[in-house]
Amino acid sequence: MASAEKTPVTGAGPFNGILTWIDQRFPLVSLWKEHAAEYYAPKNFNFWYYFGSLAALVLVIQIVSGIFLTMSYKPDAREAFASVEYIMRDVPGGWLIRYIHSTGASFFFITVYLHMARGLIYGSYRRPRELLWIFGVVIYLALMAEAFFGYLLPWGQMSYWGAQVIINLFGAIPFIGEPLAIWIRGDYNVSDATLNRFFALHVAALPLVIIGLVAAHIMALHEVGSNNPDGIEIKNNLDPRTGTPVDGIPFHPYYTVKDTMGVAVFLIVFAAVVFFAPEMGGYFLEANNFIPADPLKTPLHIAPVWYFTPYYAMLRAVPPLFGSQFPGVAVMGAAVLIFFALPWLDRGRVKSIRYRGPRWKIAFAGLVVSFLVLGYLGVEPTTVWGAFPAGMPLVGGDYIATWVARLLTIVYFYFFLGMPWYTARDKERPEPPRVTW
Amino acid sequence: MKKILVLLALAFPLLAWSAEEGPPLDHAPFNVNDKASLQHGAAIFVNHCLNCHTAKMMRYGRLEDLGLTEEQIKKNLLFTADKVGESMDPPQDPKISKAAFGVVPPDLSLIARSRSPDWLYTYLRSFYRDPGSKSGWNNEVFPNVAMPNVLWEEQGRQELRVTVRQDERTGDKIETRKLVLEHPGKLTPLEYDRYVGDLVNYLAYMSEPAQADRKLWGIVVLFFLAGFFVLAYLLKKEYWKDVR
Repeated sequence: MASAEKTPVTGAGPFNGILTWIDQRFPLVSLWKEHAAEYYAPKNFNFWYYFGSLAALVLVIQIVSGIFLTMSYKPDAREAFASVEYIMRDVPGGWLIRYIHSTGASFFFITVYLHMARGLIYGSYRRPRELLWIFGVVIYLALMAEAFFGYLLPWGQMSYWGAQVIINLFGAIPFIGEPLAIWIRGDYNVSDATLNRFFALHVAALPLVIIGLVAAHIMALHEVGSNNPDGIEIKNNLDPRTGTPVDGIPFHPYYTVKDTMGVAVFLIVFAAVVFFAPEMGGYFLEANNFIPADPLKTPLHIAPVWYFTPYYAMLRAVPPLFGSQFPGVAVMGAAVLIFFALPWLDRGRVKSIRYRGPRWKIAFAGLVVSFLVLGYLGVEPTTVWGAFPAGMPLVGGDYIATWVARLLTIVYFYFFLGMPWYTARDKERPEPPRVTW
Repeated sequence: MKKILVLLALAFPLLAWSAEEGPPLDHAPFNVNDKASLQHGAAIFVNHCLNCHTAKMMRYGRLEDLGLTEEQIKKNLLFTADKVGESMDPPQDPKISKAAFGVVPPDLSLIARSRSPDWLYTYLRSFYRDPGSKSGWNNEVFPNVAMPNVLWEEQGRQELRVTVRQDERTGDKIETRKLVLEHPGKLTPLEYDRYVGDLVNYLAYMSEPAQADRKLWGIVVLFFLAGFFVLAYLLKKEYWKDVR
């Protein structure tokens, strides 16, 4: 009876008894200490460090609002569109739940993109946090799949044709492409069969995968400890008396109260969108998606939702080879998957942007600019900036946006593929011995 | 690299043109809190639009939002159904309208969300006589639309005047298209704008009946969250004062 020898819980007043009872049968106290009260985080976290906890909050928001939507939604090609309008009109509070969920989808990507940017800025993917980073990239992939499956469910024109276009991308893979696309759809076209399986994947399979991965992500984080804006290890400087990091503070209560403040600010922004601009000018809910799916009528302009558009712009920019779109699909896939390789591409001696040299800074600025401009171009038709005059060499008659997207795709990949070279040669500044504010 | 920069510099002035298609849209004067306008719009909608179109997502009973009683709805607006719980889905054969117009008239429940109120407001005021088309009508915003101008008695008949002149400097042909009221209707142009404005206001309401509620709740929620932020901020400050 080893468990009976645990010291009783103290300090919880009338709850001491019940907590002691639980702790002797479940690792309650040790879990609490390991992940909150005695998890030491660097004291110099700044603005960028809110987005991890906020992404977790959005996950909870999506799961809870999603459960309520499932109660009234009908995954049936004949009824899906009307059931969403039924939720919007006849279910009490249904409009609120639906807008929370549709806005939450976009905010999930906003928080995750900012969270990833933090990792890049401060080198949080570097040793010993490679596996933590890899779990994160897998979460990002799962999130993209989750968003893609969910977007089909309202069964509007954009849902339908967006899914059609993206599944057809798999069809461009040589040899296995066409059977693969049919296997994904369960039909020769996006149809009721597709809607049903996407519903199953959206409400059961991927949420389970994401929750499991988030747990692994947090366990890996607490194993290696948090990075910080200086990119130095606080574990290398322990207080000889207590054995805890000199520059670390317990996650609870310091970061629990700080993150609560972050949650308040986030919810204000989130509520402002939900209540006053749920369509967000057509970026969060597209006008075409208020028309029921019509397999016989292709919309003039099909664009994915904003969070996929940087990759979509790359896809369109890559010229086809022998009439096959596969090169574009490959580039698009590589643009996402290359994040996995990041820990092994970086040969810098420092982690944080604060001590990086000019070569890294230029490449990183290029990544940010290319991601944002490609994102914009992916929303717009390629004609958006007009065409070059017909007589110009090389580019004559081509759309300007296509060539800008090509250039920016190269800039995007330079950040990753040029990294082993430019980080090894960069003029970095020395890291400080202690964290700074 | 330099070449590319030069190309970009050349391309920059071109960014100013955007891919605008069709005539510019007029701004719809819509306000979903103006109950009188919404009631008028609902009456126009039920009398003129619901003959061929449907609004399957909209129940008659929901019109109580506009400040109408069940009795008023039954007496004045309920032409196509027996009970206020039913939706605006008149029992007509889509084959007949298909034979008449060549297309099945679209459901209008969400038309203000898929088209935008400004588009509807401009569209409904841009019909003109066109003897060459099947219905005898055409539209500047939606060329060769199947729908005739059902509000012609109110608006009157417009004609399209196209003038072409040559720019003296460049020699380019410049086309101006202008709608002229040939034959006045029951309403003056100003009254007709207001009439269509009320109809579009109703269509905007019908596309999202909860929108007035939504904004009201939004204010309450934001006040609550502002209070929550102040508490969270003070709590954080209290805990963190010994950290630095």
